[in-house]
Amino acid sequence: MRQKKIEKLIDEKEIRIDGRKLNDLRPTKIEVGVLGNADGSAYIEQGKNKILAAVYGPKEAHPKHLALPDRAALRCRYHMAPFSVDERKSPAPSRRELELSKVIREALEPSIFTEYYPRTSIDLFIEVLQADGGTRCAGLTVASVALADAGIPMRDLICACAAGKVEGHLVLDLNDYEDKGGDADMPLAYMPTANAVTLLQMDGILSGEEFEQVVKMALEGCKQINQIQKEALRAKYVVAKEIETEKEVEAGEE
Amino acid sequence: MPVFYERKQLVTPGDLLAENDYFAGENTHKENGKIYATRVGLVNYEEKRVYVVALKSFYVPMVGDTVIGKVEEVTLGGWIIDIKAPHLAMLRASDALERPFKPQKDDLPSLFDVGDMIIAKIVAYDRTRDPLLTVLERGLGKITRGQIIEIMPTKIPRVIGKQGSMISMLKQETGCQIAIGQNGRILINGKTPDDERLAVMAIRKIEQEAHTTGLTDRVTEMLREEKGEKEVVKSEAKENRKTD
Repeated sequence: MRQKKIEKLIDEKEIRIDGRKLNDLRPTKIEVGVLGNADGSAYIEQGKNKILAAVYGPKEAHPKHLALPDRAALRCRYHMAPFSVDERKSPAPSRRELELSKVIREALEPSIFTEYYPRTSIDLFIEVLQADGGTRCAGLTVASVALADAGIPMRDLICACAAGKVEGHLVLDLNDYEDKGGDADMPLAYMPTANAVTLLQMDGILSGEEFEQVVKMALEGCKQINQIQKEALRAKYVVAKEIETEKEVEAGEE
Repeated sequence: MPVFYERKQLVTPGDLLAENDYFAGENTHKENGKIYATRVGLVNYEEKRVYVVALKSFYVPMVGDTVIGKVEEVTLGGWIIDIKAPHLAMLRASDALERPFKPQKDDLPSLFDVGDMIIAKIVAYDRTRDPLLTVLERGLGKITRGQIIEIMPTKIPRVIGKQGSMISMLKQETGCQIAIGQNGRILINGKTPDDERLAVMAIRKIEQEAHTTGLTDRVTEMLREEKGEKEVVKSEAKENRKTD
Protein backbone atom coordinates (compact mmCIF):
# COMPACT_ATOMS: atom_id res chain seq x y z
CA MET A 1 0.00 0.00 0.00
CA ARG A 2 1.54 3.29 -1.05
CA GLN A 3 1.45 6.15 1.41
CA LYS A 4 -0.25 9.30 0.21
CA LYS A 5 2.05 12.27 0.20
CA ILE A 6 0.81 14.76 2.77
CA GLU A 7 1.10 18.34 1.60
CA LYS A 8 1.09 20.13 4.93
CA LEU A 9 1.28 18.73 8.44
CA ILE A 10 0.17 21.89 10.22
CA ASP A 11 -2.15 24.49 8.72
CA GLU A 12 -2.33 28.27 9.12
CA LYS A 13 -4.57 28.00 12.17
CA GLU A 14 -1.94 25.79 13.86
CA ILE A 15 -4.19 22.72 13.67
CA ARG A 16 -2.53 19.38 12.98
CA ILE A 17 -3.69 16.75 10.51
CA ASP A 18 -5.61 14.83 13.18
CA GLY A 19 -7.33 17.99 14.38
CA ARG A 20 -5.16 18.51 17.47
CA LYS A 21 -3.67 21.76 18.64
CA LEU A 22 0.11 22.00 18.97
CA ASN A 23 0.05 21.18 22.66
CA ASP A 24 -2.54 18.40 22.67
CA LEU A 25 -1.89 14.80 23.66
CA ARG A 26 -3.57 12.11 21.60
CA PRO A 27 -6.63 10.60 23.34
CA THR A 28 -5.19 7.99 25.68
CA LYS A 29 -6.76 5.16 27.61
CA ILE A 30 -5.18 2.44 29.71
CA GLU A 31 -6.70 -0.81 30.96
CA VAL A 32 -5.13 -2.85 33.75
CA GLY A 33 -5.05 -6.62 34.23
CA VAL A 34 -6.09 -7.68 30.74
CA LEU A 35 -4.12 -10.94 30.55
CA GLY A 36 -4.93 -13.94 32.74
CA ASN A 37 -1.62 -15.79 32.45
CA ALA A 38 0.81 -13.00 33.25
CA ASP A 39 1.56 -11.84 36.80
CA GLY A 40 0.79 -8.28 35.71
CA SER A 41 -0.50 -6.77 32.49
CA ALA A 42 -1.86 -3.60 30.93
CA TYR A 43 -3.08 -2.31 27.56
CA ILE A 44 -2.83 1.20 26.14
CA GLU A 45 -4.49 2.97 23.26
CA GLN A 46 -2.91 6.31 22.42
CA GLY A 47 -4.33 7.73 19.21
CA LYS A 48 -3.94 4.82 16.81
CA ASN A 49 -1.26 3.12 18.92
CA LYS A 50 -2.37 -0.17 20.47
CA ILE A 51 0.18 -1.72 22.79
CA LEU A 52 0.07 -4.62 25.25
CA ALA A 53 2.49 -5.15 28.16
CA ALA A 54 2.94 -8.30 30.26
CA VAL A 55 5.11 -8.92 33.32
CA TYR A 56 6.29 -12.20 34.80
CA GLY A 57 8.14 -12.39 38.10
CA PRO A 58 10.06 -11.96 40.23
CA LYS A 59 10.90 -15.60 39.64
CA GLU A 60 13.85 -17.93 39.46
CA ALA A 61 16.24 -16.74 36.74
CA HIS A 62 16.46 -19.08 33.76
CA PRO A 63 19.23 -19.28 32.47
CA LYS A 64 21.08 -19.08 35.78
CA HIS A 65 24.08 -17.22 34.46
CA LEU A 66 21.94 -14.15 33.84
CA ALA A 67 21.08 -13.88 37.52
CA LEU A 68 22.61 -10.96 39.47
CA PRO A 69 23.87 -11.69 43.00
CA ASP A 70 22.47 -8.60 44.67
CA ARG A 71 19.32 -7.72 42.76
CA ALA A 72 16.65 -8.90 40.35
CA ALA A 73 17.56 -8.86 36.65
CA LEU A 74 15.03 -6.97 34.55
CA ARG A 75 14.64 -8.37 31.05
CA CYS A 76 12.66 -6.43 28.52
CA ARG A 77 11.48 -7.32 25.03
CA TYR A 78 9.94 -4.62 22.86
CA HIS A 79 8.46 -6.18 19.75
CA MET A 80 6.27 -5.00 16.91
CA ALA A 81 3.74 -7.47 15.55
CA PRO A 82 4.04 -8.11 11.78
CA PHE A 83 0.59 -6.55 11.31
CA SER A 84 1.29 -3.45 13.39
CA VAL A 85 2.46 -1.34 10.45
CA ASP A 86 1.45 -0.63 6.85
CA GLU A 87 3.96 -2.96 5.22
CA ARG A 88 4.31 -6.34 6.95
CA LYS A 89 7.15 -6.18 9.39
CA SER A 90 9.30 -9.30 9.67
CA PRO A 91 8.80 -10.96 13.08
CA ALA A 92 12.55 -11.22 13.67
CA PRO A 93 13.90 -8.62 16.12
CA SER A 94 15.25 -5.65 14.19
CA ARG A 95 18.10 -3.41 15.34
CA ARG A 96 15.57 -0.77 16.28
CA GLU A 97 13.63 -3.23 18.46
CA LEU A 98 16.82 -4.31 20.19
CA GLU A 99 17.70 -0.69 20.88
CA LEU A 100 14.24 0.13 22.20
CA SER A 101 14.28 -2.99 24.40
CA LYS A 102 17.50 -1.73 25.94
CA VAL A 103 16.47 1.88 26.49
CA ILE A 104 13.08 0.91 27.89
CA ARG A 105 14.72 -1.50 30.33
CA GLU A 106 17.14 1.20 31.45
CA ALA A 107 14.31 3.68 31.84
CA LEU A 108 12.20 1.36 34.04
CA GLU A 109 14.93 -0.19 36.19
CA PRO A 110 15.48 2.82 38.50
CA SER A 111 11.83 2.69 39.53
CA ILE A 112 11.84 -0.94 40.68
CA PHE A 113 13.17 -2.12 44.04
CA THR A 114 15.27 -4.80 42.38
CA GLU A 115 17.53 -5.07 45.42
CA TYR A 116 14.67 -6.74 47.35
CA TYR A 117 14.85 -9.89 45.18
CA PRO A 118 18.44 -10.95 44.46
CA ARG A 119 19.11 -13.75 41.95
CA THR A 120 15.65 -13.55 40.41
CA SER A 121 14.48 -12.22 37.09
CA ILE A 122 11.57 -10.00 36.12
CA ASP A 123 10.51 -10.52 32.51
CA LEU A 124 8.72 -7.72 30.71
CA PHE A 125 7.12 -8.03 27.28
CA ILE A 126 5.88 -5.09 25.25
CA GLU A 127 3.97 -6.04 22.13
CA VAL A 128 2.95 -3.34 19.66
CA LEU A 129 -0.26 -4.42 17.96
CA GLN A 130 -0.75 -1.22 15.98
CA ALA A 131 1.87 1.50 15.55
CA ASP A 132 1.43 5.18 14.78
CA GLY A 133 4.50 6.95 16.10
CA GLY A 134 5.65 7.32 19.71
CA THR A 135 5.45 3.60 20.44
CA ARG A 136 8.48 3.60 22.72
CA CYS A 137 6.82 6.17 24.97
CA ALA A 138 3.44 4.46 25.00
CA GLY A 139 5.20 1.12 25.52
CA LEU A 140 7.14 2.49 28.49
CA THR A 141 4.00 4.00 29.99
CA VAL A 142 2.00 0.80 29.74
CA ALA A 143 4.93 -1.35 30.93
CA SER A 144 5.18 0.66 34.12
CA VAL A 145 1.49 0.10 34.80
CA ALA A 146 1.89 -3.64 34.15
CA LEU A 147 4.73 -3.77 36.69
CA ALA A 148 2.50 -2.10 39.29
CA ASP A 149 -0.28 -4.56 38.43
CA ALA A 150 2.10 -7.47 39.11
CA GLY A 151 2.53 -6.26 42.68
CA ILE A 152 6.23 -5.56 42.22
CA PRO A 153 7.33 -2.85 44.68
CA MET A 154 8.25 0.36 42.86
CA ARG A 155 9.53 3.79 43.83
CA ASP A 156 7.18 5.40 41.36
CA LEU A 157 5.44 4.96 38.04
CA ILE A 158 7.40 6.00 34.96
CA CYS A 159 5.51 8.06 32.41
CA ALA A 160 6.78 8.86 28.93
CA CYS A 161 5.87 11.28 26.18
CA ALA A 162 7.49 12.66 23.04
CA ALA A 163 7.65 16.25 21.85
CA GLY A 164 9.37 17.76 18.86
CA LYS A 165 9.35 20.19 15.98
CA VAL A 166 7.18 19.93 12.90
CA GLU A 167 7.25 22.48 10.08
CA GLY A 168 8.81 25.02 12.40
CA HIS A 169 6.23 24.55 15.18
CA LEU A 170 7.02 22.92 18.52
CA VAL A 171 4.48 20.14 19.11
CA LEU A 172 3.58 17.50 21.71
CA ASP A 173 3.07 13.76 21.08
CA LEU A 174 3.99 13.28 17.44
CA ASN A 175 2.13 10.73 15.37
CA ASP A 176 3.73 8.71 12.59
CA TYR A 177 3.31 11.30 9.81
CA GLU A 178 4.68 14.08 12.03
CA ASP A 179 7.59 11.92 13.15
CA LYS A 180 8.59 10.97 9.61
CA GLY A 181 7.91 14.37 8.02
CA GLY A 182 8.98 16.62 10.87
CA ASP A 183 12.19 18.35 11.91
CA ALA A 184 12.80 16.70 15.29
CA ASP A 185 11.29 14.04 17.58
CA MET A 186 12.32 13.77 21.22
CA PRO A 187 10.96 10.95 23.40
CA LEU A 188 11.33 11.51 27.14
CA ALA A 189 10.55 9.34 30.18
CA TYR A 190 10.02 10.84 33.63
CA MET A 191 9.85 9.68 37.25
CA PRO A 192 7.70 12.29 39.07
CA THR A 193 8.71 11.76 42.72
CA ALA A 194 12.41 11.92 41.99
CA ASN A 195 11.82 14.66 39.41
CA ALA A 196 14.19 12.66 37.23
CA VAL A 197 14.41 11.90 33.52
CA THR A 198 15.08 8.21 32.83
CA LEU A 199 14.96 8.24 29.02
CA LEU A 200 15.95 11.02 26.65
CA GLN A 201 16.57 10.52 22.96
CA MET A 202 16.39 12.82 19.99
CA ASP A 203 16.09 12.34 16.29
CA GLY A 204 16.49 15.56 14.27
CA ILE A 205 17.76 19.10 14.73
CA LEU A 206 16.83 21.59 17.43
CA SER A 207 18.50 24.78 18.58
CA GLY A 208 19.50 25.10 22.24
CA GLU A 209 16.46 27.26 23.03
CA GLU A 210 14.06 25.04 21.12
CA PHE A 211 15.43 22.03 22.97
CA GLU A 212 14.70 23.56 26.37
CA GLN A 213 11.15 24.40 25.31
CA VAL A 214 10.57 20.94 23.88
CA VAL A 215 11.79 19.33 27.11
CA LYS A 216 9.31 21.47 29.05
CA MET A 217 6.48 20.43 26.72
CA ALA A 218 7.38 16.75 27.02
CA LEU A 219 7.48 16.99 30.83
CA GLU A 220 4.01 18.53 30.84
CA GLY A 221 2.80 15.72 28.60
CA CYS A 222 4.37 13.18 30.96
CA LYS A 223 2.54 14.64 33.93
CA GLN A 224 -0.78 14.27 32.11
CA ILE A 225 0.07 10.69 31.21
CA ASN A 226 0.93 9.99 34.86
CA GLN A 227 -2.61 10.97 35.88
CA ILE A 228 -4.05 8.59 33.30
CA GLN A 229 -1.82 5.78 34.64
CA LYS A 230 -2.99 6.34 38.21
CA GLU A 231 -6.65 6.49 37.17
CA ALA A 232 -6.32 3.20 35.32
CA LEU A 233 -4.83 1.46 38.37
CA ARG A 234 -7.55 2.90 40.60
CA ALA A 235 -10.31 1.89 38.17
CA LYS A 236 -9.40 -1.76 38.57
CA TYR A 237 -9.88 -1.49 42.32
CA VAL A 238 -13.23 0.26 41.99
CA VAL A 239 -14.56 -2.66 39.94
CA ALA A 240 -13.31 -5.10 42.57
CA LYS A 241 -14.90 -3.00 45.29
CA GLU A 242 -18.25 -2.88 43.45
CA ILE A 243 -18.36 -6.65 43.23
CA GLU A 244 -17.56 -6.84 46.95
CA THR A 245 -20.25 -4.34 47.96
CA GLU A 246 -22.82 -6.17 45.83
CA LYS A 247 -21.97 -9.33 47.73
CA GLU A 248 -22.24 -7.56 51.08
CA VAL A 249 -25.63 -6.12 50.11
CA GLU A 250 -26.80 -9.59 49.09
CA ALA A 251 -25.56 -10.98 52.38
CA GLY A 252 -27.36 -8.19 54.25
CA GLU A 253 -30.64 -8.87 52.48
CA GLU A 254 -30.64 -12.53 53.40
CA MET B 1 3.56 15.68 60.71
CA PRO B 2 1.21 16.04 57.77
CA VAL B 3 -0.57 13.13 56.18
CA PHE B 4 -1.89 13.42 52.69
CA TYR B 5 -4.55 10.74 52.41
CA GLU B 6 -7.48 9.51 54.44
CA ARG B 7 -7.60 5.99 55.80
CA LYS B 8 -8.56 3.30 53.30
CA GLN B 9 -7.94 5.51 50.29
CA LEU B 10 -6.49 3.83 47.25
CA VAL B 11 -2.89 4.78 46.53
CA THR B 12 -0.50 3.91 43.72
CA PRO B 13 3.32 3.56 43.71
CA GLY B 14 4.98 6.93 44.20
CA ASP B 15 2.09 8.56 46.06
CA LEU B 16 3.37 10.70 48.95
CA LEU B 17 1.69 9.38 52.09
CA ALA B 18 3.29 11.21 55.00
CA GLU B 19 6.25 13.26 56.07
CA ASN B 20 8.86 13.22 58.82
CA ASP B 21 7.67 11.75 62.10
CA TYR B 22 5.96 8.69 60.72
CA PHE B 23 7.48 5.21 60.44
CA ALA B 24 7.45 3.50 57.07
CA GLY B 25 5.33 0.34 57.41
CA GLU B 26 4.46 -2.40 54.94
CA ASN B 27 4.58 -1.54 51.24
CA THR B 28 5.98 1.94 51.85
CA HIS B 29 9.39 3.48 51.51
CA LYS B 30 10.96 6.43 53.30
CA GLU B 31 13.28 8.76 51.46
CA ASN B 32 14.50 12.18 52.61
CA GLY B 33 11.96 12.15 55.41
CA LYS B 34 9.07 11.49 53.02
CA ILE B 35 7.10 8.24 52.94
CA TYR B 36 5.87 6.94 49.58
CA ALA B 37 3.70 3.97 48.63
CA THR B 38 5.50 1.15 46.79
CA ARG B 39 2.45 -0.90 45.76
CA VAL B 40 -1.15 -0.29 44.69
CA GLY B 41 -3.37 -0.64 47.75
CA LEU B 42 -5.27 0.95 50.61
CA VAL B 43 -3.33 3.30 52.85
CA ASN B 44 -3.80 3.22 56.60
CA TYR B 45 -2.39 5.23 59.49
CA GLU B 46 -1.88 3.69 62.92
CA GLU B 47 -0.42 5.85 65.69
CA LYS B 48 2.94 6.71 64.20
CA ARG B 49 3.01 4.09 61.47
CA VAL B 50 1.80 4.42 57.91
CA TYR B 51 1.34 1.30 55.81
CA VAL B 52 -0.39 0.10 52.66
CA VAL B 53 -2.55 -3.02 52.40
CA ALA B 54 -1.55 -4.18 48.94
CA LEU B 55 -4.14 -5.20 46.33
CA LYS B 56 -1.75 -7.71 44.89
CA SER B 57 1.50 -9.09 46.27
CA PHE B 58 3.37 -12.37 46.37
CA TYR B 59 4.73 -14.51 49.19
CA VAL B 60 8.19 -13.68 50.55
CA PRO B 61 9.67 -16.57 52.56
CA MET B 62 10.34 -16.16 56.27
CA VAL B 63 12.27 -18.52 58.52
CA GLY B 64 9.85 -20.53 60.63
CA ASP B 65 6.94 -20.36 58.20
CA THR B 66 5.02 -23.52 57.36
CA VAL B 67 4.50 -23.77 53.62
CA ILE B 68 2.81 -26.10 51.15
CA GLY B 69 5.01 -26.74 48.14
CA LYS B 70 5.18 -28.81 44.97
CA VAL B 71 8.17 -30.94 44.04
CA GLU B 72 9.62 -29.61 40.79
CA GLU B 73 12.81 -31.61 40.49
CA VAL B 74 14.67 -34.47 42.16
CA THR B 75 18.41 -33.82 42.40
CA LEU B 76 21.38 -35.80 43.68
CA GLY B 77 21.13 -34.59 47.26
CA GLY B 78 17.50 -33.65 47.61
CA TRP B 79 14.55 -31.95 45.98
CA ILE B 80 13.70 -28.57 44.47
CA ILE B 81 10.33 -27.31 45.65
CA ASP B 82 8.06 -24.60 44.24
CA ILE B 83 6.60 -22.61 47.15
CA LYS B 84 5.01 -19.84 45.06
CA ALA B 85 7.74 -17.38 45.96
CA PRO B 86 10.31 -15.50 43.84
CA HIS B 87 12.81 -18.24 44.69
CA LEU B 88 12.55 -22.00 44.46
CA ALA B 89 13.21 -23.77 47.75
CA MET B 90 15.55 -26.70 48.48
CA LEU B 91 14.82 -29.75 50.58
CA ARG B 92 18.00 -31.65 51.34
CA ALA B 93 17.89 -35.39 51.85
CA SER B 94 19.28 -34.93 55.35
CA ASP B 95 16.25 -32.79 56.21
CA ALA B 96 13.84 -35.46 55.01
CA LEU B 97 15.33 -38.70 56.34
CA GLU B 98 15.72 -39.52 60.01
CA ARG B 99 18.85 -41.56 59.39
CA PRO B 100 21.93 -40.34 57.46
CA PHE B 101 21.54 -40.26 53.71
CA LYS B 102 23.21 -43.08 51.74
CA PRO B 103 23.05 -42.54 47.96
CA GLN B 104 23.50 -46.23 47.23
CA LYS B 105 20.67 -47.35 49.46
CA ASP B 106 18.19 -44.45 49.50
CA ASP B 107 16.09 -43.80 46.41
CA LEU B 108 14.87 -40.23 46.62
CA PRO B 109 11.98 -40.38 44.11
CA SER B 110 10.35 -43.14 46.15
CA LEU B 111 10.13 -40.70 49.04
CA PHE B 112 8.95 -37.61 47.13
CA ASP B 113 8.58 -37.63 43.37
CA VAL B 114 8.11 -34.80 40.89
CA GLY B 115 4.58 -33.43 41.22
CA ASP B 116 4.06 -34.46 44.85
CA MET B 117 2.74 -31.84 47.27
CA ILE B 118 4.41 -31.52 50.65
CA ILE B 119 4.01 -29.55 53.84
CA ALA B 120 7.35 -28.26 55.03
CA LYS B 121 8.93 -25.65 57.26
CA ILE B 122 11.46 -23.00 56.27
CA VAL B 123 14.64 -23.42 58.31
CA ALA B 124 16.94 -20.97 56.57
CA TYR B 125 16.61 -18.02 54.21
CA ASP B 126 18.87 -15.08 53.52
CA ARG B 127 19.80 -12.84 50.60
CA THR B 128 22.59 -15.09 49.45
CA ARG B 129 20.78 -18.43 49.25
CA ASP B 130 17.47 -19.96 48.24
CA PRO B 131 15.14 -20.95 51.11
CA LEU B 132 15.93 -24.27 52.84
CA LEU B 133 13.12 -26.56 53.97
CA THR B 134 12.69 -29.45 56.38
CA VAL B 135 9.99 -32.10 56.81
CA LEU B 136 11.42 -33.65 59.97
CA GLU B 137 8.74 -32.33 62.29
CA ARG B 138 5.29 -33.44 63.34
CA GLY B 139 2.64 -32.62 60.77
CA LEU B 140 5.11 -32.20 57.93
CA GLY B 141 5.67 -34.48 54.96
CA LYS B 142 4.00 -35.65 51.79
CA ILE B 143 0.35 -34.78 51.25
CA THR B 144 -1.57 -37.92 50.38
CA ARG B 145 -5.21 -36.85 50.52
CA GLY B 146 -7.49 -33.85 50.69
CA GLN B 147 -7.77 -30.76 48.54
CA ILE B 148 -5.51 -27.75 48.28
CA ILE B 149 -6.81 -24.29 47.56
CA GLU B 150 -4.80 -21.16 46.88
CA ILE B 151 -5.55 -17.71 48.24
CA MET B 152 -3.57 -14.48 48.40
CA PRO B 153 -0.80 -14.84 51.01
CA THR B 154 -1.77 -11.53 52.60
CA LYS B 155 -5.19 -12.95 53.56
CA ILE B 156 -3.73 -15.92 55.45
CA PRO B 157 -3.59 -14.08 58.82
CA ARG B 158 -7.33 -13.44 58.49
CA VAL B 159 -8.02 -17.12 57.91
CA ILE B 160 -6.14 -17.88 61.13
CA GLY B 161 -7.81 -15.08 63.08
CA LYS B 162 -6.87 -13.52 66.40
CA GLN B 163 -5.19 -16.26 68.45
CA GLY B 164 -6.53 -18.82 65.99
CA SER B 165 -10.18 -17.93 66.56
CA MET B 166 -11.22 -18.15 62.89
CA ILE B 167 -9.38 -21.36 62.03
CA SER B 168 -10.61 -23.22 65.14
CA MET B 169 -14.17 -22.16 64.33
CA LEU B 170 -13.76 -23.43 60.77
CA LYS B 171 -12.41 -26.76 61.92
CA GLN B 172 -15.24 -27.15 64.39
CA GLU B 173 -18.10 -26.14 62.06
CA THR B 174 -16.94 -28.14 59.06
CA GLY B 175 -15.36 -31.08 60.87
CA CYS B 176 -12.39 -30.86 58.50
CA GLN B 177 -8.68 -30.93 59.18
CA ILE B 178 -7.21 -27.72 57.84
CA ALA B 179 -3.48 -27.09 57.42
CA ILE B 180 -2.42 -23.57 56.52
CA GLY B 181 0.65 -22.71 54.44
CA GLN B 182 1.90 -19.17 54.92
CA ASN B 183 2.55 -19.08 51.17
CA GLY B 184 -1.17 -18.93 50.42
CA ARG B 185 -1.94 -22.63 50.04
CA ILE B 186 -4.41 -24.37 52.36
CA LEU B 187 -4.92 -28.13 52.71
CA ILE B 188 -8.44 -29.29 53.56
CA ASN B 189 -9.22 -32.85 54.67
CA GLY B 190 -12.85 -33.64 55.34
CA LYS B 191 -14.79 -36.79 56.12
CA THR B 192 -17.06 -36.16 53.12
CA PRO B 193 -16.69 -34.04 49.95
CA ASP B 194 -19.57 -31.88 51.22
CA ASP B 195 -17.65 -30.96 54.38
CA GLU B 196 -14.68 -30.00 52.26
CA ARG B 197 -16.91 -27.92 50.00
CA LEU B 198 -18.18 -26.01 53.05
CA ALA B 199 -14.64 -25.28 54.17
CA VAL B 200 -13.67 -24.03 50.70
CA MET B 201 -16.75 -21.77 50.61
CA ALA B 202 -15.92 -20.31 53.99
CA ILE B 203 -12.30 -19.63 53.06
CA ARG B 204 -13.29 -17.95 49.80
CA LYS B 205 -15.68 -15.72 51.73
CA ILE B 206 -12.93 -14.78 54.17
CA GLU B 207 -10.64 -13.97 51.25
CA GLN B 208 -13.25 -11.65 49.70
CA GLU B 209 -14.17 -9.85 52.91
CA ALA B 210 -10.88 -9.93 54.79
CA HIS B 211 -10.94 -6.19 55.44
CA THR B 212 -14.39 -6.13 57.09
CA THR B 213 -15.29 -6.50 60.77
CA GLY B 214 -17.42 -9.15 62.43
CA LEU B 215 -16.27 -11.63 59.82
CA THR B 216 -15.89 -14.58 62.18
CA ASP B 217 -19.53 -14.34 63.21
CA ARG B 218 -20.77 -13.94 59.64
CA VAL B 219 -18.79 -16.97 58.46
CA THR B 220 -20.10 -19.05 61.37
CA GLU B 221 -23.63 -18.02 60.47
CA MET B 222 -23.14 -18.84 56.80
CA LEU B 223 -21.75 -22.27 57.61
CA ARG B 224 -24.61 -23.06 59.98
CA GLU B 225 -27.18 -21.96 57.38
CA GLU B 226 -25.56 -24.12 54.72
CA LYS B 227 -25.47 -27.10 57.02
CA GLY B 228 -29.08 -26.46 58.10
CA GLU B 229 -30.25 -26.43 54.47
CA LYS B 230 -28.45 -29.67 53.82
CA GLU B 231 -30.19 -31.30 56.78
CA VAL B 232 -33.55 -30.21 55.33
CA VAL B 233 -32.65 -31.60 51.89
CA LYS B 234 -31.50 -34.86 53.46
CA SER B 235 -34.68 -35.35 55.48
CA GLU B 236 -36.81 -34.50 52.40
CA ALA B 237 -34.92 -37.13 50.45
CA LYS B 238 -35.61 -39.60 53.23
CA GLU B 239 -39.33 -38.73 53.15
CA ASN B 240 -39.46 -39.21 49.37
CA ARG B 241 -37.85 -42.60 49.64
CA LYS B 242 -40.32 -43.67 52.33
CA THR B 243 -43.30 -42.77 50.19
CA ASP B 244 -41.94 -44.48 47.04
